[in-house]
Amino acid sequence: MANKKNNDPFWWTLFGAGGTISAFFIPIHVALIGIAIPLGWFAMPDYEGLVELARHPLSRIYLFALISLSLFHWAHRFRFTLYDGLQLKHLEQYIVVFCYGSAIVGTVIGLIFVLSI
Amino acid sequence: METTITLEVQRYLPEKDTEPYFQEYKVPLRKKWVVLDALNYIKDNIDGTLSYRWSCRMGVCGSCGMMVNDKPVLTCATFLEECLPGPIRVAPLSYFDVIRDLVVNTDGFMDKLKRVKPWLITDQVKPVPEGEYRQTPEQKAEYDQYSMCINCMLCYAACPVAGLEPEFVGPAAIALAQRYNYDSRDEGRKQRNEELLGEGGIYSCTLVGECSEVCPKAVDPAGAIQRYKVSGAAEWWKSVVVPWGDT
Ligand code: SF4
Ligand code: FES
Repeated sequence: MANKKNNDPFWWTLFGAGGTISAFFIPIHVALIGIAIPLGWFAMPDYEGLVELARHPLSRIYLFALISLSLFHWAHRFRFTLYDGLQLKHLEQYIVVFCYGSAIVGTVIGLIFVLSI
Repeated sequence: METTITLEVQRYLPEKDTEPYFQEYKVPLRKKWVVLDALNYIKDNIDGTLSYRWSCRMGVCGSCGMMVNDKPVLTCATFLEECLPGPIRVAPLSYFDVIRDLVVNTDGFMDKLKRVKPWLITDQVKPVPEGEYRQTPEQKAEYDQYSMCINCMLCYAACPVAGLEPEFVGPAAIALAQRYNYDSRDEGRKQRNEELLGEGGIYSCTLVGECSEVCPKAVDPAGAIQRYKVSGAAEWWKSVVVPWGDT
């Protein structure tokens, strides 16, 4: 029953990091781009300036971390939602592959995206 | 005339019932009476066949836990007046097998407690002439909260994960593991990790948090589990980065 080779601490670390980073930063993005700018509280930044900002190495790292870790947060949470909420624990192996696999695919796409801005 | 309140008590006598059912009893509604007093009134005056556990009547022994109006509580600490106007539904603790009426089978819980090795583990036992294992008040305060558990199992009846996954070691047992892990005299963390970082251990918890809501002793098992997840993850990474290290 005790299983030393369990990878849960690894997935949980990504889950925790993803939860923290998305809880802190995504509301800021939503508030700025979704509310403040459309309501005219701030001037619309010009496109070139934004691209310039996004190309900065630190911005790329930030965007990559935000995308990837949020996906792992989702993956871990969704895995347990399927286990407990939908009572699908017997499909454990498929669920694990689907959830973390999706996050890994999303991470690769995110990496390509941030490198190609 | 004395006012009364109705209790709907879950009954199950395995020798004659195929399924549990609810039976109604009217008991006097007295100030300062707790649900356990009402059950004792039923047993003494109405129906001597009703079975349930209790002992201390003061929130210490942990044996009188039941579902009262679907919430896990100590019946000796739940006043009838809190449950007005009634009827009050009294049922055995959720997710446990029922032996008879309100009495549940605690064997699984007892095994889980043993699995976390809830005793002081030291690499070398000090010979008696060398004296006690001393501890400062600050060191004691580190684990004090986790030592308040009375094994009432309310947290297991509140935890949907413990209900769905019989393998999950569960809130009180993990809090108990932390009670020893945080004890300055203890060196057993590694042994407990073997039991708790794997399948059915701390990472099965999805932080529902109900265990801490219902705990009558403010043990905060959910907090104990979260702290364990953080330190467990740190130890896991250390063992990957420095595999030759001693974690
Ligand atoms: S942690 Fe609290 S609710 Fe759980 S068994 Fe101990 S005292 Fe009862
Ligand atoms: S009878 Fe002992 S805790 Fe309620």
